[in-house]
Amino acid sequence: MSEASKPRPEFRNLNVFSDLTTYRMPLAAWTSILHRVSGALMFLLLPLIIWLFDKSVSSEISFGQFSAAFSAGLWIFPGWFIKLVVLALIWAYLHHILAGVRHLVLDVTHRTTKPFGRQTAASVLVVSVLLTLIFGAKLFGLY
Amino acid sequence: MATTYGYKRSVVGAHYGWKDFLVQRISAIVMALFTLLVLVRLLLVQGPIGYEAWAGVFSPQWMKALTFAVIVALIWHAWVGMCSIWYDYGKPAGLRLLLQAATAVWLISCGGWMIEVLWRL
Repeated sequence: MSEASKPRPEFRNLNVFSDLTTYRMPLAAWTSILHRVSGALMFLLLPLIIWLFDKSVSSEISFGQFSAAFSAGLWIFPGWFIKLVVLALIWAYLHHILAGVRHLVLDVTHRTTKPFGRQTAASVLVVSVLLTLIFGAKLFGLY
Repeated sequence: MATTYGYKRSVVGAHYGWKDFLVQRISAIVMALFTLLVLVRLLLVQGPIGYEAWAGVFSPQWMKALTFAVIVALIWHAWVGMCSIWYDYGKPAGLRLLLQAATAVWLISCGGWMIEVLWRL
Protein backbone atom coordinates (compact mmCIF):
# COMPACT_ATOMS: atom_id res chain seq x y z
CA MET A 1 0.00 0.00 0.00
CA SER A 2 1.60 3.23 -1.12
CA GLU A 3 -0.90 5.66 0.30
CA ALA A 4 1.51 8.58 0.14
CA SER A 5 1.86 8.45 -3.66
CA LYS A 6 -1.88 8.27 -4.26
CA PRO A 7 -3.57 11.69 -4.31
CA ARG A 8 -6.17 11.74 -1.55
CA PRO A 9 -9.54 13.40 -2.10
CA GLU A 10 -9.88 16.84 -0.60
CA PHE A 11 -13.15 17.93 0.90
CA ARG A 12 -13.96 21.62 0.96
CA ASN A 13 -17.43 23.08 1.43
CA LEU A 14 -18.95 19.67 2.11
CA ASN A 15 -22.06 18.87 0.15
CA VAL A 16 -24.29 16.63 2.26
CA PHE A 17 -25.71 14.76 -0.74
CA SER A 18 -22.62 14.15 -2.89
CA ASP A 19 -19.69 14.26 -0.44
CA LEU A 20 -21.02 12.61 2.70
CA THR A 21 -22.11 9.51 0.77
CA THR A 22 -18.59 9.01 -0.64
CA TYR A 23 -16.81 9.83 2.65
CA ARG A 24 -14.58 6.95 3.74
CA MET A 25 -15.82 5.64 7.10
CA PRO A 26 -13.44 3.26 8.94
CA LEU A 27 -14.92 1.32 11.88
CA ALA A 28 -13.61 3.86 14.39
CA ALA A 29 -15.47 6.60 12.51
CA TRP A 30 -18.72 4.61 12.78
CA THR A 31 -18.19 4.11 16.51
CA SER A 32 -17.47 7.80 16.87
CA ILE A 33 -20.46 9.15 14.93
CA LEU A 34 -22.78 6.63 16.61
CA HIS A 35 -21.43 7.80 19.99
CA ARG A 36 -22.77 11.23 19.04
CA VAL A 37 -26.02 9.94 17.58
CA SER A 38 -26.73 7.78 20.65
CA GLY A 39 -25.97 10.67 22.99
CA ALA A 40 -28.21 13.06 21.06
CA LEU A 41 -30.99 10.45 21.00
CA MET A 42 -30.91 10.04 24.78
CA PHE A 43 -30.82 13.84 25.18
CA LEU A 44 -33.93 14.25 22.99
CA LEU A 45 -35.82 11.38 24.66
CA LEU A 46 -34.87 12.44 28.20
CA PRO A 47 -38.51 13.37 29.05
CA LEU A 48 -39.66 9.85 28.07
CA ILE A 49 -36.89 8.28 30.17
CA ILE A 50 -37.81 10.43 33.18
CA TRP A 51 -41.54 9.73 32.68
CA LEU A 52 -40.88 5.98 32.66
CA PHE A 53 -38.64 6.21 35.74
CA ASP A 54 -41.16 8.46 37.51
CA LYS A 55 -44.03 6.01 36.92
CA SER A 56 -41.92 2.96 37.77
CA VAL A 57 -40.82 4.16 41.23
CA SER A 58 -43.56 6.52 42.48
CA SER A 59 -46.30 4.09 43.59
CA GLU A 60 -47.91 0.71 43.02
CA ILE A 61 -50.56 2.40 40.84
CA SER A 62 -48.06 4.36 38.74
CA PHE A 63 -46.04 1.15 38.34
CA GLY A 64 -49.15 -0.24 36.66
CA GLN A 65 -49.18 2.75 34.28
CA PHE A 66 -45.48 2.12 33.58
CA SER A 67 -46.19 -1.52 32.65
CA ALA A 68 -49.28 -0.55 30.64
CA ALA A 69 -47.20 1.79 28.44
CA PHE A 70 -45.53 -1.32 26.95
CA SER A 71 -48.78 -3.22 26.36
CA ALA A 72 -51.68 -0.76 25.98
CA GLY A 73 -49.49 2.07 24.70
CA LEU A 74 -48.84 5.64 25.74
CA TRP A 75 -50.65 8.79 24.54
CA ILE A 76 -51.14 8.34 20.75
CA PHE A 77 -48.50 5.61 20.46
CA PRO A 78 -49.25 1.87 20.57
CA GLY A 79 -47.38 -0.48 22.92
CA TRP A 80 -45.18 -2.04 20.23
CA PHE A 81 -43.98 1.43 19.20
CA ILE A 82 -43.04 2.29 22.81
CA LYS A 83 -41.12 -1.00 22.94
CA LEU A 84 -39.25 -0.10 19.73
CA VAL A 85 -38.34 3.34 21.09
CA VAL A 86 -37.16 1.80 24.38
CA LEU A 87 -35.16 -0.75 22.36
CA ALA A 88 -33.47 2.16 20.55
CA LEU A 89 -32.75 3.73 23.95
CA ILE A 90 -31.27 0.46 25.23
CA TRP A 91 -28.96 0.35 22.22
CA ALA A 92 -28.08 4.04 22.65
CA TYR A 93 -27.19 3.54 26.32
CA LEU A 94 -25.08 0.43 25.62
CA HIS A 95 -23.26 1.93 22.64
CA HIS A 96 -22.64 5.19 24.49
CA ILE A 97 -21.28 3.55 27.66
CA LEU A 98 -19.07 1.09 25.72
CA ALA A 99 -17.72 3.80 23.39
CA GLY A 100 -17.12 5.90 26.52
CA VAL A 101 -15.14 3.11 28.20
CA ARG A 102 -13.14 2.78 24.95
CA HIS A 103 -12.31 6.50 25.21
CA LEU A 104 -11.17 6.06 28.82
CA VAL A 105 -9.01 3.06 27.88
CA LEU A 106 -7.38 5.05 25.07
CA ASP A 107 -6.88 8.03 27.42
CA VAL A 108 -5.23 5.92 30.11
CA THR A 109 -3.15 3.50 28.01
CA HIS A 110 -2.19 5.91 25.18
CA ARG A 111 -2.52 2.95 22.80
CA THR A 112 -3.22 4.95 19.67
CA THR A 113 -2.17 2.43 17.07
CA LYS A 114 -4.44 1.84 14.05
CA PRO A 115 -5.08 -1.89 14.71
CA PHE A 116 -5.94 -1.27 18.39
CA GLY A 117 -8.29 1.55 17.45
CA ARG A 118 -9.97 -0.64 14.86
CA GLN A 119 -10.29 -3.68 17.15
CA THR A 120 -11.76 -1.70 20.04
CA ALA A 121 -14.15 0.12 17.69
CA ALA A 122 -15.33 -3.22 16.29
CA SER A 123 -15.79 -4.60 19.82
CA VAL A 124 -17.93 -1.61 20.80
CA LEU A 125 -20.14 -1.98 17.70
CA VAL A 126 -20.55 -5.75 18.05
CA VAL A 127 -20.98 -6.03 21.84
CA SER A 128 -23.51 -3.19 22.00
CA VAL A 129 -25.64 -4.79 19.26
CA LEU A 130 -25.39 -8.27 20.86
CA LEU A 131 -26.42 -6.97 24.29
CA THR A 132 -29.23 -4.97 22.65
CA LEU A 133 -30.52 -8.19 21.05
CA ILE A 134 -30.41 -9.98 24.42
CA PHE A 135 -32.26 -7.19 26.27
CA GLY A 136 -34.57 -6.66 23.29
CA ALA A 137 -35.62 -10.31 23.31
CA LYS A 138 -36.57 -9.88 26.98
CA LEU A 139 -38.41 -6.63 26.21
CA PHE A 140 -40.48 -8.31 23.48
CA GLY A 141 -41.14 -11.32 25.72
CA LEU A 142 -39.15 -13.91 23.76
CA TYR A 143 -37.87 -15.49 27.02
CA MET B 1 2.89 32.11 22.49
CA ALA B 2 0.11 33.17 24.82
CA THR B 3 -0.77 36.79 24.30
CA THR B 4 -2.45 38.82 27.00
CA TYR B 5 -4.98 41.52 26.28
CA GLY B 6 -6.23 44.02 28.82
CA TYR B 7 -5.45 43.07 32.39
CA LYS B 8 -3.48 39.81 32.10
CA ARG B 9 -6.31 38.12 30.23
CA SER B 10 -4.96 35.18 28.26
CA VAL B 11 -7.08 34.63 25.14
CA VAL B 12 -5.14 31.71 23.74
CA GLY B 13 -3.72 28.70 25.51
CA ALA B 14 -3.65 24.96 25.60
CA HIS B 15 -5.87 24.51 28.64
CA TYR B 16 -9.14 25.80 27.21
CA GLY B 17 -11.50 22.83 27.14
CA TRP B 18 -9.49 21.00 29.80
CA LYS B 19 -12.26 21.49 32.37
CA ASP B 20 -14.95 20.15 29.96
CA PHE B 21 -12.69 17.21 29.13
CA LEU B 22 -12.32 16.31 32.82
CA VAL B 23 -15.99 16.91 33.67
CA GLN B 24 -17.04 14.66 30.77
CA ARG B 25 -14.85 11.81 32.01
CA ILE B 26 -15.52 12.13 35.74
CA SER B 27 -19.30 12.38 35.22
CA ALA B 28 -19.13 9.39 32.85
CA ILE B 29 -17.27 7.28 35.43
CA VAL B 30 -19.80 8.27 38.13
CA MET B 31 -22.72 7.23 35.88
CA ALA B 32 -21.05 3.99 34.78
CA LEU B 33 -20.34 2.97 38.40
CA PHE B 34 -23.92 3.88 39.35
CA THR B 35 -25.20 1.64 36.53
CA LEU B 36 -23.16 -1.26 37.91
CA LEU B 37 -24.43 -0.54 41.44
CA VAL B 38 -28.08 -0.58 40.31
CA LEU B 39 -27.44 -3.83 38.40
CA VAL B 40 -25.84 -5.46 41.45
CA ARG B 41 -28.72 -4.33 43.70
CA LEU B 42 -31.21 -5.76 41.18
CA LEU B 43 -29.35 -9.07 41.05
CA LEU B 44 -29.49 -9.30 44.86
CA VAL B 45 -33.31 -9.16 44.77
CA GLN B 46 -34.91 -12.50 45.62
CA GLY B 47 -37.77 -13.61 43.40
CA PRO B 48 -39.57 -11.63 40.68
CA ILE B 49 -38.99 -7.87 40.47
CA GLY B 50 -42.24 -5.98 41.06
CA TYR B 51 -42.87 -2.46 42.32
CA GLU B 52 -41.63 -3.07 45.89
CA ALA B 53 -38.29 -4.54 44.84
CA TRP B 54 -37.69 -1.93 42.10
CA ALA B 55 -38.50 1.07 44.32
CA GLY B 56 -36.48 -0.60 47.10
CA VAL B 57 -33.36 -0.36 44.92
CA PHE B 58 -33.52 3.46 45.13
CA SER B 59 -35.23 4.06 48.49
CA PRO B 60 -32.35 3.90 51.07
CA GLN B 61 -31.15 7.37 52.04
CA TRP B 62 -27.57 6.74 50.87
CA MET B 63 -28.91 5.56 47.50
CA LYS B 64 -31.04 8.72 47.16
CA ALA B 65 -28.01 10.90 47.94
CA LEU B 66 -25.97 9.00 45.36
CA THR B 67 -28.77 9.25 42.77
CA PHE B 68 -28.81 13.02 43.30
CA ALA B 69 -25.09 13.16 42.47
CA VAL B 70 -25.78 11.06 39.35
CA ILE B 71 -28.53 13.46 38.23
CA VAL B 72 -26.06 16.35 38.46
CA ALA B 73 -23.46 14.28 36.60
CA LEU B 74 -25.99 13.40 33.87
CA ILE B 75 -27.13 16.98 33.29
CA TRP B 76 -23.58 18.32 33.25
CA HIS B 77 -22.40 15.48 30.95
CA ALA B 78 -25.28 16.09 28.53
CA TRP B 79 -24.55 19.82 28.55
CA VAL B 80 -20.87 19.33 27.62
CA GLY B 81 -21.77 16.70 25.00
CA MET B 82 -24.55 18.71 23.36
CA CYS B 83 -22.34 21.82 23.32
CA SER B 84 -19.65 19.93 21.40
CA ILE B 85 -22.30 18.89 18.87
CA TRP B 86 -23.49 22.50 18.47
CA TYR B 87 -19.86 23.72 18.17
CA ASP B 88 -19.48 21.43 15.16
CA TYR B 89 -22.79 21.75 13.33
CA GLY B 90 -24.50 24.81 14.82
CA LYS B 91 -23.83 27.46 12.21
CA PRO B 92 -24.15 30.44 11.98
CA ALA B 93 -23.19 31.58 15.47
CA GLY B 94 -26.62 33.09 16.12
CA LEU B 95 -28.31 29.76 15.54
CA ARG B 96 -25.76 28.07 17.81
CA LEU B 97 -26.54 30.54 20.59
CA LEU B 98 -30.23 29.76 20.22
CA LEU B 99 -29.60 25.98 20.26
CA GLN B 100 -27.34 26.23 23.30
CA ALA B 101 -29.89 28.33 25.17
CA ALA B 102 -32.63 25.82 24.30
CA THR B 103 -30.32 22.99 25.46
CA ALA B 104 -29.79 24.73 28.81
CA VAL B 105 -33.54 25.22 29.34
CA TRP B 106 -34.25 21.61 28.30
CA LEU B 107 -31.61 20.14 30.62
CA ILE B 108 -32.46 22.31 33.63
CA SER B 109 -36.17 21.42 33.23
CA CYS B 110 -35.37 17.71 32.97
CA GLY B 111 -32.99 17.94 35.93
CA GLY B 112 -35.68 19.58 38.04
CA TRP B 113 -38.17 16.88 37.12
CA MET B 114 -35.69 14.13 38.02
CA ILE B 115 -35.01 15.72 41.42
CA GLU B 116 -38.78 16.00 41.99
CA VAL B 117 -39.17 12.26 41.27
CA LEU B 118 -36.32 11.48 43.64
CA TRP B 119 -37.82 13.74 46.34
CA ARG B 120 -41.08 11.88 46.67
CA LEU B 121 -39.49 8.43 46.61
